Amino acid sequence: MAEVLVLVDHVDGEIKKNTYEMLTAARRIGEPSAVVVGTPGTAAKLAEGLAAHGAEKIYVAESDDAVNYLSTPQVDALATLVERVSPPAVLIPAGADGREVAGRLAVRTNSGWLNDLIDVDGERAGTHSIFGGAFTVQSHVTTDTAVISWRSGSIEVEENAGAGTQETVDLPAIDGARAAKVSNRAPIVGGDRPELTEATVVVAGGRGVGSADNFDVVEGLADSLHAAVGASRAAVDSGYYPNQFQVGQTGKTVSPQLYIALGISGAIQHRAGMQTSKTIVAVNKDPEAPIFEIADFGIVGDLFSVTPQLTEEVGKRSS
Amino acid sequence: MNIVVLIKQVPDTWSERTLSDGDKTLDRASSDAVLDEINERAVEEALKIKEAGGDAEVTILTAGPDRATDAIRKALSMGADKAVHVNDEAIHGSDAVATAKVLAKAIGTVGDVDLVLAGNEATDGRSGAMAGVLGELLGWPSLTHANELSVSDGTATVKRETDEGTCDVTASLPAVVSVGEKINEPRYPSFKGIMAAKKKPVSKIGISDLGLDASEVGLAGSLVQVDSFAPRPPKSGGQKVEDEGDGGAKIAEFLVGQKLI
Ligand SMILES: Cc1cc2nc3c(=O)[nH]c(=O)nc-3n(C[C@H](O)[C@H](O)[C@H](O)COP(=O)(O)OP(=O)(O)OC[C@H]3O[C@@H](n4cnc5c(N)ncnc54)[C@H](O)[C@@H]3O)c2cc1C
Ligand SMILES: Nc1ncnc2c1ncn2[C@@H]1O[C@H](COP(=O)(O)O)[C@@H](O)[C@H]1O
Repeated sequence: MAEVLVLVDHVDGEIKKNTYEMLTAARRIGEPSAVVVGTPGTAAKLAEGLAAHGAEKIYVAESDDAVNYLSTPQVDALATLVERVSPPAVLIPAGADGREVAGRLAVRTNSGWLNDLIDVDGERAGTHSIFGGAFTVQSHVTTDTAVISWRSGSIEVEENAGAGTQETVDLPAIDGARAAKVSNRAPIVGGDRPELTEATVVVAGGRGVGSADNFDVVEGLADSLHAAVGASRAAVDSGYYPNQFQVGQTGKTVSPQLYIALGISGAIQHRAGMQTSKTIVAVNKDPEAPIFEIADFGIVGDLFSVTPQLTEEVGKRSS
Repeated sequence: MNIVVLIKQVPDTWSERTLSDGDKTLDRASSDAVLDEINERAVEEALKIKEAGGDAEVTILTAGPDRATDAIRKALSMGADKAVHVNDEAIHGSDAVATAKVLAKAIGTVGDVDLVLAGNEATDGRSGAMAGVLGELLGWPSLTHANELSVSDGTATVKRETDEGTCDVTASLPAVVSVGEKINEPRYPSFKGIMAAKKKPVSKIGISDLGLDASEVGLAGSLVQVDSFAPRPPKSGGQKVEDEGDGGAKIAEFLVGQKLI
């Protein structure tokens, strides 16, 4: 069976869940091979998890330079392997870094690029969700290899033991004039809450929350539900909550089982990032707020009295 | 310094966006079109470099249909010097890579370019990879998702911010830089700027001027083919209840009913 390459998404020696989704999707097309690009010693930490989720092979592309340049080490490693094994597909995480790797790899290997897929079948037909979930689109590539960027949180992970045989890949020397050098890397520390795009429940606050301090109310409810916290752009722009938590067209796209919007009006650009959530609950004191048009359950009221009560009710039920 | 800013006209996100039944491309006619907000920031950044001294020339470049002229005018009225408008029926339907090929060739017509500025992600296609793809095509480094940019002594330095984290990135010129939403606040065109823009040169070219063939661009030149699309079934609002002191409890009841807690 043909090998399907999966670029492993990892941080601080841990595999991100997205990688397991990609291994699951890759198995529909062929035999999953994980590709680890990182500093020396990285693959050793990841090998067990990768094998447990179906990696038959693990390609190890390790060098000190792997973290010193933007996207180039990943593109180099994958391009080398595309040349070597002619995979029907290469799966790459659809985050900011991954999309850059995918776009560059598509150019370098002259392959079609299916960007931001939420599903793929064994024939490599891909499904995208565009305009904030307003449309789903089916497409395919006309080339031997499909470069696929994969939106995290799209499919259920399957455990599937693979052999996990390790094989070294030599990274070519980097041409300093053509690469972008990285220093002072500071990964975003997510804290104890689940990651926004991976969470089953998201509790989001908007301008109605009123201040950074008041976001405690949003966080309190989130913690009672083991949820991630999100924010509208107005809340981010007002400095109530950090940028990385913005949900919407220019922020993250989330599709959790439950999305709770507190003090968010539901502007079209915000909805673009959350309207595919399975169940939507909204609290807003304006009965005309557009968020109610898509909410499964809405309370017209003050979030500062409704939210603490809800937090308490949830607490009662989980104890 | 010779700076090229890539701009794109996109459907206004305030309007309904849809796809055309025929060739399954973005239906640009059915919605209002605006200069993508992020591109105003890219133009602003170029103007800041120019104003900081040195004799920089700022060229606006877009690949788009007739009405993209409005977006070009806006960028020129902010203060850019001139523009190149690649307008060709054949480009219609190009995927990200095919578009990048057109832009890469067009950058070649501007002369010895030192810096290309782009938005990090357009609000329509959201491929979010133009800078990387262009860098790969041109053989130049790409410094992406910049929240701060400085250029000196043939080197570009940016502070990069993404969901994954922050870092500093440096590379030698020529280079492609994509800017993020938080890099600056774009200026409004002044009345003087709007008047001056009318006299600024806009060179209109087609793909044959770029030495490209119709088979290399558009739907024909794209390595991805769209098979079908479907609108999401409309979601109707559910229950809406006035809070009477028991709003929180009511939500909890609802969540229990849905087996969510
Ligand atoms: C190109 C573009 C991209 C954009 N991208 C995004 C994006 O990614 N994400 C995003 O969110 N927005 C985005 N926006 C902005 C968007 O248009 C809205 O401005 C924004 O979503 C509004 O945020 P909000 O709902 O928090 O604020 P507001 O619209 O000000 O709404 C606040 C709401 O809180 C309610 N409220 C106030 N006090 C209380 C209280 N005590 N209890 C209960 N309710 C209360 C009010 O009734 C009101 O409905 C974008 C805009 C543009 C033009
Ligand atoms: N047709 C185009 N003409 C000019 N610039 C473009 C075009 N398409 C994309 N760009 C540039 O690439 C950026 C990112 O767009 P995208 O890769 O489509 O998300 C935009 O903000 C523009 O700066």
